[in-house]
Amino acid sequence: MAKEILVGKASDFKEGGKKIVPNGKTSEIGVYLVHGNWYAYANLCPHQGGPACEGLLMAKVEEVIAEDKTYQGMRFNHDEMHIVCPWHGWEFDIADGQAVADRKWSLRKFEVEVRGEDVYVLA
Amino acid sequence: MELPTSDRYQAMSVDSFDTTTLLTNAARQRDARKLNEFPIFDADAHHYESESISEIIKYIDDDVLNHLARANPGILSAGRGGYQPVGGRITRYPLRKIEETPSDGTHRDVHLSRRWMDAMGIDYISLFPTGMLGIGLIPQVEVEVQYARAYMRWLTEEILPCDPRVKGYVFLPFNSPEAAYEIATEFGDKEGIIGFLVTSPRYKPVHDNAYMKTYSYIEETGKPLVFHSGLNWNDPLMSVTNRFIAAHALGFTLYNVIHMCNWICNALNERFPKIPVVWTESGLAWVPWLAQRLDNDYKMRSSEIPGLKKLPSEYMGDMFYTSQPMEMPNDLSFLESTFKMINAETQLLYASDYPHWDADMPSTIYDLPFLDEKAKRNILGGNAIKIFDLDVSDRYPNYKAA
Repeated sequence: MAKEILVGKASDFKEGGKKIVPNGKTSEIGVYLVHGNWYAYANLCPHQGGPACEGLLMAKVEEVIAEDKTYQGMRFNHDEMHIVCPWHGWEFDIADGQAVADRKWSLRKFEVEVRGEDVYVLA
Repeated sequence: MELPTSDRYQAMSVDSFDTTTLLTNAARQRDARKLNEFPIFDADAHHYESESISEIIKYIDDDVLNHLARANPGILSAGRGGYQPVGGRITRYPLRKIEETPSDGTHRDVHLSRRWMDAMGIDYISLFPTGMLGIGLIPQVEVEVQYARAYMRWLTEEILPCDPRVKGYVFLPFNSPEAAYEIATEFGDKEGIIGFLVTSPRYKPVHDNAYMKTYSYIEETGKPLVFHSGLNWNDPLMSVTNRFIAAHALGFTLYNVIHMCNWICNALNERFPKIPVVWTESGLAWVPWLAQRLDNDYKMRSSEIPGLKKLPSEYMGDMFYTSQPMEMPNDLSFLESTFKMINAETQLLYASDYPHWDADMPSTIYDLPFLDEKAKRNILGGNAIKIFDLDVSDRYPNYKAA
């Protein structure tokens, strides 16, 4: 049975907010509220072991290509938010934890449960 | 401190920053792998000398240049272009401004270095400058000469004496062969100096006869000659690229490719067989490519390089390489093949490049499944201890070379 870790009160999170909680003595889990959904990932980048959840939350960057195939610039797509590891900049899709540059790699995902006002992560 | 994100109305706020905390997971790697049980030497670490520019300027003897530099420190930097921290995603770049260090007489650069060295389990580092990597591109040769001498005085008087774990190189102002010789001989035997540095982004042929006197001196000292690469987005060829990733991936490799070609094609390995030549911060994947290209052409055009007594690839296998930024393919057999071609067990030197954006932890070497324990320890420290003739008895009294 998964261990329950109490993260805190749901009302303490604002949209796009996160909290990093200990998971034992030598690891942590980052818990996010993004677009009204809860996500939790290990604070451990699969690249070189950086604290991925301590980095920025950034929108996906997209190229803007016109119908005639000409390049028109870049824009943020806030529908797809990325966790960015602060050590080297690897980016992970908040929805599933996969590395956006190479989806063979991903952050370890955990389930989140909200009961009443309390937010739990199942580790 | 506010870190800007993609939402212009919502920044990430950070109250304090400490390198040791950022590298908590590195310390966990260190302990899990017992990296403190054997010596690790980082053959390519950096400081930001530009943050201490006023300290360095005071060593510029030329009164006019001293005044110009004080009035406009920008004349000491070259416009290489680029934005290393990926739009602020590598948070240690902006946050280092708020990192505090004790005011106890030890230089801030040394305090910061110790923090990441200790976290990663690194015992010794060789310190390279950052902004000065592009100084060979500025049109005023006399500025490079004066700046190199001032930097060397500052490095040997204010940085290296702070901690014997921190080593440095003689910065050769290579655009003036005469000054390069003078500075090599002036600083070559100073405490903490373990080799001689040529910053690779520049347009000088390494085989010019004007350098032979300097190479002869370097060979006499027995210390390595290190070519540290870099990028220059303003290079006419590189300026065709429109993304920093391209300028970086190509630039950091190409300058060393060119100098390596000239070194081999002019048989400098034969003329200076005792100089350990080290190629730094170009990664490793270029070595098999260049070795195969040169071997193939050499077999058809050996009359053009009569000084060689063996294949170009064999000379390349005699030289040394620092590991970072080590290409990490999903199929590790590619990397294993590269290690084989460069004789990695004896010729490869671990390098972190910390604190730069594409830094490599010691685990990048230690976790490679195709290396045995002896090879890992050689690459992480043993090879460097040998070629830099390092005394590690202060931290490892019973150390014996493998």
